[in-house]
Amino acid sequence: MLTLTHFLVLGAILFAISVLGIFLNRKNVIVLLMAIELMLLAVNFNFIAFSHYLSDTAGQIFVFFILTVAAAESAIGLAILVVLFRNLNTINVEDLGRLKG
Amino acid sequence: MNFQTVVFYVLSAILIFASLRVITAKNPVHAALFLVLAFFTSAGHWLLMQAEFLAITLVLVYVGAVMVLFLFVVMMLDVNFEQLREGFWRNLPLAGTVALIMVGEMALILMSPEAQLSHYQAAAPLAADASNVKELGRQLYTTYLLPFELASVVLLVGMVAAIALTMRKRKDNKTVNPGLQVKVRRDDRVRLVKMDAEKKPAQPETADAAEQQA
Repeated sequence: MLTLTHFLVLGAILFAISVLGIFLNRKNVIVLLMAIELMLLAVNFNFIAFSHYLSDTAGQIFVFFILTVAAAESAIGLAILVVLFRNLNTINVEDLGRLKG
Repeated sequence: MNFQTVVFYVLSAILIFASLRVITAKNPVHAALFLVLAFFTSAGHWLLMQAEFLAITLVLVYVGAVMVLFLFVVMMLDVNFEQLREGFWRNLPLAGTVALIMVGEMALILMSPEAQLSHYQAAAPLAADASNVKELGRQLYTTYLLPFELASVVLLVGMVAAIALTMRKRKDNKTVNPGLQVKVRRDDRVRLVKMDAEKKPAQPETADAAEQQA
């Protein structure tokens, strides 16, 4: 029998994996963006699980909006990445210290 | 263990494997493809929780649009990805510890009987003709109308920002700006110079005579 705990623990594992990804791929902006997408997915898991187990569709509406914002976010993030690569010829996070005071 | 539980565990195993490969893959193209697999598997999970509309949306929006965008960008950039992986495993002990602690804490809280999560029973299976899409649509266009329209504004702003960021002027462009053409006044192009009338230079007599003869 599937319980709420199953889905919540799965969401937690997914979130921890994406945190691990952010730690490991500190230099690669593309994989960082992918890890953020995974994090949002984990959050969506929790919303849908609660929506299902509380019989309330509000959670699904939230997920809908999160999907919208995540799509816009990744579009802008990738656009910034392209501009960055065009100007600096690198996507290494360590080379992006130009705003350092 | 019923059928749904088996499906859940199989999908979860695939999902965890795929997301681990996303963060460890050497080639970002492989990472993006594993992320596609992760999203697809999550759509299966969401179907298990009777969120049909969102499961389909996840496949359409994420797999269909966002991940294709990722793949485009990854393939467009000519980056030495090996160089970006320097010191990749150096952070693993600390990062792994943090991640394990996070999962452990969450699992302890969620699995403890004190949390009383088992009180929440799964929603009863919907009738065969019940429409998740209709229910979500009704809510979106009544209760959540304003957030819905704000979401559309967010998408519009995202689109404008992405285009504005990546658009650049071509250097060999020879078109003219019609606005500037229309704005031109007569005074910008014609300059009247006031000056004394020139005296006719004295012509030699012989040349004059020759012209008259001709």
